[in-house]
Amino acid sequence: MAFEIGETAVKRHRHIGLTDQDVMNIYENMLLARVLDERMWLLNRAGKLPFVVSGQGQEGAQAAAAYALDKQRDVILPYYRDLAMVLAFGETPLDILLANFGRANDLSSGGRQMPGHFSARRHRIFSQSSPVTTQLPHAAGIALAARMRGEDLVTYVSFGEGSSNQGDFHEACNFAGVHKLPVIFFCENNHYAISVPLHKQIGSKYVADRAAGYGFPGIVVDGNDVLSVYAHMKDAVERALRGEGPTLIEALTYRLHPHSSDDDDRSYRSKEEVEAARARDALVTFRRYMIDEGVLTEQEEKDLRNRLTQDVDRAIEEAERSPLPAPESALNHVYADGK
Amino acid sequence: MATVVMPKLGESVTEGTLGRWLKSVGDTVEKYEPLAEVITDKVTAEVPSDFVGVLAEILVQEGETVGVGTVIATIVEQGELTRRPVMTEAAAEGTPVCNAAVDSRRSAPMLAEKRYSPAVRRLAHEAKVDLSMVQGTGLGGRVTRRDVLQYIEQKKVAQGVTPESLRSASVQTIGRQLGQSNADPAYVGPQAQVGMAQRASAADVDRFDERVPITPVRHAIARHMVESKHEAPHAWTMVEVDVTSLVRFRDKIKGQFKQREGYDLTYLPFFIKCVVESLKEHPMMNSQWADDHILVHRDVHISLAVATKDALFVPVIFHADHLSIAGIAGAVSDLAARARSGKLTVDELKGGTFTVNNTGAFGSVLSYPIINYPQAAILSVESIVRRPVVVGEDSIAIRSMVNLCLSVDHRILDGWIAGQFLRSVKQKLEAIGDQTSIY
Amino acid sequence: MSVKLYIDAITDAMRQEMERDPAVFILGEDVGVRGGVFRTTQGLIDQFGEERVMDTPLAESAIVGVAVGAAAYGMRPIAEIQFADFILPAVNQIISEAAKLRYRSNNDWQCPLVIRAPFGGGVHGALYHSQSLEALFYHIPGLKVVIPSTAYDAKGLLISAIRDPDPVIYFEHKGMYRLIKDEVPDDDYVVPIGKAAVRRDGTDITVITYGLMSHYTLTAAEELAKEGISAHVLDLRSILPLDKEAILEAVRKTGKVLIVHEDNKTGGVGAEVSAIIAEEALFELDAPIARLGGPEIPAMPFSPPLEKFYMLNPDKIAKAMRELAAF
Repeated sequence: MAFEIGETAVKRHRHIGLTDQDVMNIYENMLLARVLDERMWLLNRAGKLPFVVSGQGQEGAQAAAAYALDKQRDVILPYYRDLAMVLAFGETPLDILLANFGRANDLSSGGRQMPGHFSARRHRIFSQSSPVTTQLPHAAGIALAARMRGEDLVTYVSFGEGSSNQGDFHEACNFAGVHKLPVIFFCENNHYAISVPLHKQIGSKYVADRAAGYGFPGIVVDGNDVLSVYAHMKDAVERALRGEGPTLIEALTYRLHPHSSDDDDRSYRSKEEVEAARARDALVTFRRYMIDEGVLTEQEEKDLRNRLTQDVDRAIEEAERSPLPAPESALNHVYADGK
Repeated sequence: MATVVMPKLGESVTEGTLGRWLKSVGDTVEKYEPLAEVITDKVTAEVPSDFVGVLAEILVQEGETVGVGTVIATIVEQGELTRRPVMTEAAAEGTPVCNAAVDSRRSAPMLAEKRYSPAVRRLAHEAKVDLSMVQGTGLGGRVTRRDVLQYIEQKKVAQGVTPESLRSASVQTIGRQLGQSNADPAYVGPQAQVGMAQRASAADVDRFDERVPITPVRHAIARHMVESKHEAPHAWTMVEVDVTSLVRFRDKIKGQFKQREGYDLTYLPFFIKCVVESLKEHPMMNSQWADDHILVHRDVHISLAVATKDALFVPVIFHADHLSIAGIAGAVSDLAARARSGKLTVDELKGGTFTVNNTGAFGSVLSYPIINYPQAAILSVESIVRRPVVVGEDSIAIRSMVNLCLSVDHRILDGWIAGQFLRSVKQKLEAIGDQTSIY
Repeated sequence: MSVKLYIDAITDAMRQEMERDPAVFILGEDVGVRGGVFRTTQGLIDQFGEERVMDTPLAESAIVGVAVGAAAYGMRPIAEIQFADFILPAVNQIISEAAKLRYRSNNDWQCPLVIRAPFGGGVHGALYHSQSLEALFYHIPGLKVVIPSTAYDAKGLLISAIRDPDPVIYFEHKGMYRLIKDEVPDDDYVVPIGKAAVRRDGTDITVITYGLMSHYTLTAAEELAKEGISAHVLDLRSILPLDKEAILEAVRKTGKVLIVHEDNKTGGVGAEVSAIIAEEALFELDAPIARLGGPEIPAMPFSPPLEKFYMLNPDKIAKAMRELAAF
């Protein structure tokens, strides 16, 4: 497994400008995503949710990346595993659950899209589809529009390493490279495109190697190393705001669950491999770091987990009570005039 | 002699401008040697020679713009050796026409057993037409929609007309009797036909052995009538008017009038005059339906139905509201005479805003006129008949009575306004007498 | 008001809209200093600069995908696809993204985007510079598809498309760029999307068509008039949405309908128009609905006799019209 690259989390968070409260915020974001994700799997296995697509194992990279962005300034174009990212940008567990339950007041789509297809204009989260990688040109387009409108912002767009093989990846990177657009291409390399492992996905060693072809930096970072991801993201944001163009960041992570609730990963990877990855999971390593650094106690961590679990459980109850959409509302909003 | 043409320099280019000749007449040219510079919307390019020879003629001068393919010069070739194979237009012409997309279904003649299109079946059903009686003019003798429409028209003319009046049947298109109209299948909904067992069957019509060919004028009339009945929902009403005083007045002055003016003073001008004055009081009667609005005409131009032997013309008395009774009489006399001698101009047949129809001339006492579409209404003046009428409280007198029948486009006009209008006409007619000025 | 070429009407519409609204911009291949390979954007870079008349990398999916993002973020992009034939790499962005953005976000995001694509054959463009691809898109709710056939409509429909809050695919026929000219107002005006136009009034047969075929059909109709056949001609102008009322009205005129398009017949726009008529006007029909389109081969070949075989022309159309009139 390719985890040998990247800085390890030996640097103290203060060295990269983060306070204790900052790392607490990041950890809480990670933990909320994990608790919510675990609950969604339970609801699926209990027959209450027809489908779950998970981000477990990638929360550290997402929460760190999100912390380097400005929620009022920047626009994010997440992909379906970016639960921690969208929670950081203002979506609540209830918002997520309303989408999962297909309720009328689902913020992302009014019950139209599958779970995991995040969208909320009020939170500056762009809508996504299921044919992967289409969001990358959109990130370039939003960055271009912002520049034409005189707005300083960064667009963050995430995707898996599998998506980096799509034409839209190359077309968008090249477009942003030519026009020096403030886009951060954030590849969450979890080592599997459903069942196909990394070495059958890309010919080069790293996705980040491809950035050279488009004229901007490509950085590989240990996605479990929260502080390292944050530091590189921060650099990339500053570079973008200085008008120096895009950055491709490849965060090496691991997908702890099968691709989705409809997948069985035992057919393509070993239990041992998954267990080894669990030990490197940022939720484990970053928690240990915080406790070792004295930012967090065991008891505080336990209390936090309990509070977040209770919040999520309340949100589940509320989501289940929320009304389903009227059948004929399926006809709405095809065009601006409602028809 | 070889020719050089304006090349097509670009997919959307249709013409080019000759920028500069690079060779002069008499110059020798090599194959692929530039001959001229050509400018189009898309490019500026050099036109190379396709031949070895001598430039013989320059046919397009510098600055001239010509279409793609225009010959711009000729070259006397040095032998035929250098000519390249050319895909000529002639070769292309010889290509069979693409017909892959047109299938052959329509070339198959109809089966011996008759099959009818949905439109034909609908029309036949609505008009109670026995389709086996209709002569088909379509492919393989197919009965077309037009055949059915024409058949319906023919039948209307033929039905209910006594043999002696058959000769003039075709002139009565407008002034059709009410009874006939009810029997007229194209015009009446199915519910109106309930209980009409005595209605002539289609087979009866066939007993008229003679098939009368349809003239273009007849076609035009038929189309016009069908259009009116299709478009305008007709409503009908009638009043009877006591014109005893009018009859006396006209009898008194008609001799003198003829002597002075040279033509007859008929009753019609009096009726038209009263109609025109009433139209001025009720302008909605003088209007037309225009889909998203109603067009109310300021001017009053009266269309006058004039029957000739084999057709019906509706010439127009323009600005009838500016004419006196005598003026109207003159116009009526003139138009009728010219209609019968076929001397009306096209302009005189257009632009009417309301039609008056003198069905009384045929002896009719009741008719259900078809609106002269797109006008809003038509009024027919029936025969003046002397008959006993209750007058005053309790006495009976012999009076000259006439029926005025009015058809209106019910989209525009309702019974109330039709009634108001007819009352106005009636009052004016009944007021005519010795005090009336005809000039 | 002045007589203008179809192509100049298109340029006029873009220039006037860019002057009116700073959010309007053009992106595509060769649209900048070259002014477009057909010269539709000629002179615009001088007036508006290279950011608003943007030369892009040769990558159609990026052209449309970037435009989708920009449209969602407050701009009014006009994405030029150099030839309609090259739109296929961008189809995922058009169908999965542009067409569905409003719907899938429950009206939260929108995509006011125009995609201009020169299409059509008869210009020696062969397989990949001649295609008519409207049938791929008229099936997709969320899109609008227009095909102007006059300079007047070219300008008015493009202005409508630019101002429309939803994605509009604007197919412009290459063969008409410098062939068609007519009166075009100098001011701005709109031709509403979804409204067909009666080009000729007639009583015997109805022809429903669009694009260059409107002109060929009118030529054929004049020919037939000399033979005493009166043709009613409806130019659809918009393929999506179709002007159902106008179609049914045109059918009612004569009861005999021929649908003509340059595109091949199978699954073409004519199929939908036929279905509408069959569903809603059966009892007006006096003849089977007839369709005339290109042959069922993958695309238009290059060699002149082959191209000529493929393309419809007034003679072929007149022949089909005569057959229908005789039925």
